[in-house]
Amino acid sequence: MPAGLGIALLLLPLVALLAKADWAQLPAALGSRPVLLALWLSLRCGLLATAVCLVLGIPLALLLARREGGWIRLLRTLVTVPLVLPPMVGGIALLYLLSTQGLIGQYLFEWFGTRIAFSTFAVVLAETFVALPFLVLTLEGALRSLGDRFETVAATLGAGRTTILFRVTLPLLRPALLSGTALCFARALGEFGATALFAGNKEGVTRTMPLAVYTEFNGGGDGTDTAVAMSLLLVVVALLILFAVRPRRSAW
Amino acid sequence: MVTGSADGPVGDMAVGDAAGGTSGAVAGEPFVRARLLVPRPAFDVVADLTVEHGEIVALLGPNGCGKSTILQALAGLLVPRELELRVAGRQIAGDGVFLPPERRRIGLMGQDPLLFPHLSAVENVAFGPRAAGVRAPAARAAAREWLGRLGLAAIVDSRPADLSGGQRQRVALARALAAEPDLLLLDEPLAAADIGTANEIRHVLGQHLREAGQTTVLVTHEILDAAMLADRVLVLDAGRVVDSGPTQRMLTEPGSQFGAALAGLNLLLGTASGGDGLVVDTGLQVFGIAEEPLPDGAAAAAAFPPAAVSVSSMPRATGSAVISDPAATSSVRNRWTAEVVAIEPGAGAVRIRTRLPDGVMIAADVTPAAVAAVPIVLGAMVTLGVKATQVRLFAR
Repeated sequence: MPAGLGIALLLLPLVALLAKADWAQLPAALGSRPVLLALWLSLRCGLLATAVCLVLGIPLALLLARREGGWIRLLRTLVTVPLVLPPMVGGIALLYLLSTQGLIGQYLFEWFGTRIAFSTFAVVLAETFVALPFLVLTLEGALRSLGDRFETVAATLGAGRTTILFRVTLPLLRPALLSGTALCFARALGEFGATALFAGNKEGVTRTMPLAVYTEFNGGGDGTDTAVAMSLLLVVVALLILFAVRPRRSAW
Repeated sequence: MVTGSADGPVGDMAVGDAAGGTSGAVAGEPFVRARLLVPRPAFDVVADLTVEHGEIVALLGPNGCGKSTILQALAGLLVPRELELRVAGRQIAGDGVFLPPERRRIGLMGQDPLLFPHLSAVENVAFGPRAAGVRAPAARAAAREWLGRLGLAAIVDSRPADLSGGQRQRVALARALAAEPDLLLLDEPLAAADIGTANEIRHVLGQHLREAGQTTVLVTHEILDAAMLADRVLVLDAGRVVDSGPTQRMLTEPGSQFGAALAGLNLLLGTASGGDGLVVDTGLQVFGIAEEPLPDGAAAAAAFPPAAVSVSSMPRATGSAVISDPAATSSVRNRWTAEVVAIEPGAGAVRIRTRLPDGVMIAADVTPAAVAAVPIVLGAMVTLGVKATQVRLFAR
């Protein structure tokens, strides 16, 4: 019985969203300029943030999984902070780091005239901040369960570190890489709190899908249908991603 | 062992030299010279060993005696407190040198084949040559050749998941040999295999290590493997080498640690004859049951437990049969005359050690009652009988 309630709690809201949708108007709502702008921006920023996560996350996961010691344990805890932190707090923290008055941002502005906050780049940074732990933790877990036995064999066969990474470790991590990347991308697409505070809500520059949903919905009356349409689109994307990464029976 | 004159400058072989296999050894210097010390909680593992080019040396000892530790240290997978290692004229460790595993040209194969699951058999075998810089087509061609040599031509493109345990272990051996290591380390390669697979792999190892002239150190707790595969045996106990010598001598020498370890089994080495027989180098003929067809003249071994050996008093007039047990006359094909050299009372049975006129040692387990009835006394000549069905014949 509690299980049934749990399922209801998880699924009924989605049913309500479907019920509310104005199916006839759906194509028009999704085809409107603000929606297309937000969608295009979300895709670009999400993909870029995912790419940054891969470049930074793979070495970080290797470091966490293959080294031992107190510092590593501390680092592992710190990496998970963005997972449990309200994204708003992350946004404020990024702001105080990189705004034109921020800890580092003031020098970037002073020396190079660079404004990071409230730019599209800020969106990518905010999304990377919240999504990176998903990739790192997925990969680290996979690396640990994989162990270093295959890497050891490769070394005794004469393979150096780079060869081992590209011919053994990464191919063996493929399932985890795929699911980690997908989770990371989904998290980046859905990012709202940190983006809103650190990047703002400027159409075509920082207004991603979640921000657009918020804007349309908050405007009252007119925008509600568009907000629902976009929400449905986000649900569909999320489902597609989940189906893409669902556990297979065999990894190979 | 290293003479002063031989200790001159040595041309270091280029790392990744795929042509490899050439002996860069200096005359007078052993092909492999290792001295190591690895501290462990219970005892320090201390070893000092040399291996000649193409030689197969077995490290034999009970579990936890430090055998695997030695291999790990040689392969570079752990950092010993002291390690002095020269292989094929190259300084691997010591004298301010400490090469990482990938630059040692020392292969390691364990009881788990650990084939890369994402690569086909041929790609697995080609891995070593590829890592050494050989281009993919050439590496693959070499890999196919190795697989063919090991009887795996039919499965070159299979994934490890689709192979049997024995096939996987063979592919792992092909992969280790294809990397052309100066020294190959085998860590209990048969321990995880079932009996059928173990026989298959033992046979393949015996044949191909020799054929490839592969210098090998084999770690095992299984007497049979050491006896069948190795030229020389080192017996390890609590981290130290307590006995060593050529396999043949260790097998026949009473009182050695190896002999004591061998107590559970009588083992005779020789050549196959007639499909169900073995001729020991001394001319002794043994009949048994071959586990697989044995061509005449093939190197083989016969094994039987001491409990399968019956002991009776010598017939007074040899030739004119005065044998009391008629059943024995009919079915016991192995009958030898031997001298009792030791009587060791044990739990339930008495272990009798006997020496045949040609020096071959055979142990027999008999009941205390039989000792009195036969009678069995030190120095007495007795007749040993073993039914052929109790004797297993192996290729080696």
